[in-house]
Amino acid sequence: MHKNGPVALIFHSLVVAFVLAPLVVVCLVAFTPENTLSIPTTSFSLRWFEAIFRHPDFVPSFYNSLWLATLAATISILLAVPAALAIDRYQFPGRDALNGLFLSPLIIPHLVLGVAFLRLFALIGATGSFTWLVLTHVIIVTPYVMRLVMASFTGMDRSAEQAAMTLGASHMTVFRRITAPMILPGITGGWLLAFINSFDELTMSIFVTSPQTVTLPVRMYMYATESIDPMMAAVSALMIALTAGAMLVIDRAFGLDKILVGEK
Amino acid sequence: MKSRALTPWLLVSPATLLFLGLVVLPLILTVILSFHVYDHSTGIKDGFTVAHYVRVLTDDYYLTIFWRTLRLAALTTLICVLIGAPEAYVLSRMGDPWRSIFLLVIIGPLLVSVVVRAFGWSMLLGSTGLLNQTLRALGLDPVRLLYTETAIVIALVHVMLPFMVIPVWTALQKLDPAVEAAAWSLGASRFTALRRVVLPQVSLGMLSGSLIVFGLSASAFAIPGLLGGRRLKMAATLVYDEYMSELNWPLGAAIAIIVLAANLVIMLGYNRLVETRARRALG
Repeated sequence: MHKNGPVALIFHSLVVAFVLAPLVVVCLVAFTPENTLSIPTTSFSLRWFEAIFRHPDFVPSFYNSLWLATLAATISILLAVPAALAIDRYQFPGRDALNGLFLSPLIIPHLVLGVAFLRLFALIGATGSFTWLVLTHVIIVTPYVMRLVMASFTGMDRSAEQAAMTLGASHMTVFRRITAPMILPGITGGWLLAFINSFDELTMSIFVTSPQTVTLPVRMYMYATESIDPMMAAVSALMIALTAGAMLVIDRAFGLDKILVGEK
Repeated sequence: MKSRALTPWLLVSPATLLFLGLVVLPLILTVILSFHVYDHSTGIKDGFTVAHYVRVLTDDYYLTIFWRTLRLAALTTLICVLIGAPEAYVLSRMGDPWRSIFLLVIIGPLLVSVVVRAFGWSMLLGSTGLLNQTLRALGLDPVRLLYTETAIVIALVHVMLPFMVIPVWTALQKLDPAVEAAAWSLGASRFTALRRVVLPQVSLGMLSGSLIVFGLSASAFAIPGLLGGRRLKMAATLVYDEYMSELNWPLGAAIAIIVLAANLVIMLGYNRLVETRARRALG
């Protein structure tokens, strides 16, 4: 192991400071007792956190996003696991094209997807529908799920499955008792990644949400473009706290670097 | 035998139907929409026209925004390479547990909503923000940063940095540290070893990071929306305004299709490049 020199460590500290600065500032300002965005120096206050819960729009948007992300991640798993199984285990015409199709939302800018969904919804009269909003989020998160589930299919040792087959287990039993438990980490990791991506999605959602289905990031964006007060900092601080909590859980369970950086 | 041939189709069909209906179909509809006639009093009308593309590609107003988008995305990419690649290298040379802790610190913000991060920067860079308070406390003149291109680039670099660190980090993981040490013991200076041994290995990671960063920056929405203000538009905020304020959907669709086409050209070009390099490496 070669040690980093002093220059490298100073550089590293600056990068870390740069990365953390906006997040730290948000969390500090959230506790201000003032009416303006300022870092509290003498006293702390929770008044802006209370203000969130008195605000008529933020709480419904939060629940809306929570539901949306839960449903989108779950449906995505239900679609992606069989699809990944077929692509990993079978040879059939159009296999590569389908794989490309399922990963395509990664290279289509969310802006373009948002515009495209808006057009479709205007034509079929689905504007403002929560169900359709969920489906758009399924599209956006499925590539992440596909990649993690595919990785666990390709990475698994198939001898246990073959042993079970030889011993007379049916296809269904093999999947339920052998395959599913072996790919479970990939599925759980994929679900969490999908949940977070859906929960944070802004650019696509801002085109397809209607006043009844506004998600939390869209609400925050709208609020931030109109007025800037410490309540926005309080909402942000809560989001950071939630994300940090989720991160810790993911990291303990799977290793965050594995999920974000990918399997080695 | 027959049922076995059907199995993969049954397995992929739900996802395929959804993706055909909600990716392929809407994109086709948007391409069609971009060729529709638009009238300010009556709205979208049937009829074929290339007027929107001509307007977008000749009008100075749009060209300025496209040029800004490309320029800021390129600048963001360059800065991300200059910060992200060395940072990944420094990280890879750390010992545990610091390595995993700082990797988490650097890539963790990926999971924090981009609205939160943009808002954080607007507080730091605003006229009464922390930066200007510090400058004033030091007796210096405050600087106007919020609603400038500088602010957009700073925040974009912040959001995109993990996308550069991750691929470079992955490339570095595959590099045997003994090779660098071998170069040193054979008399290469630290700099030579870095340039001749490490850099070629991670250049592909830097390239793939650059493409992701460039693509995402060029289509970024929240950052220019919150830090550029109404005046400094980029491609995504332009499309949003065309749709939501101007209500000129066909024109907005034309811009979105141009953004998509540019993105796909870059990605396919990258795949080409990687393939030729891989072929050369394999002989």
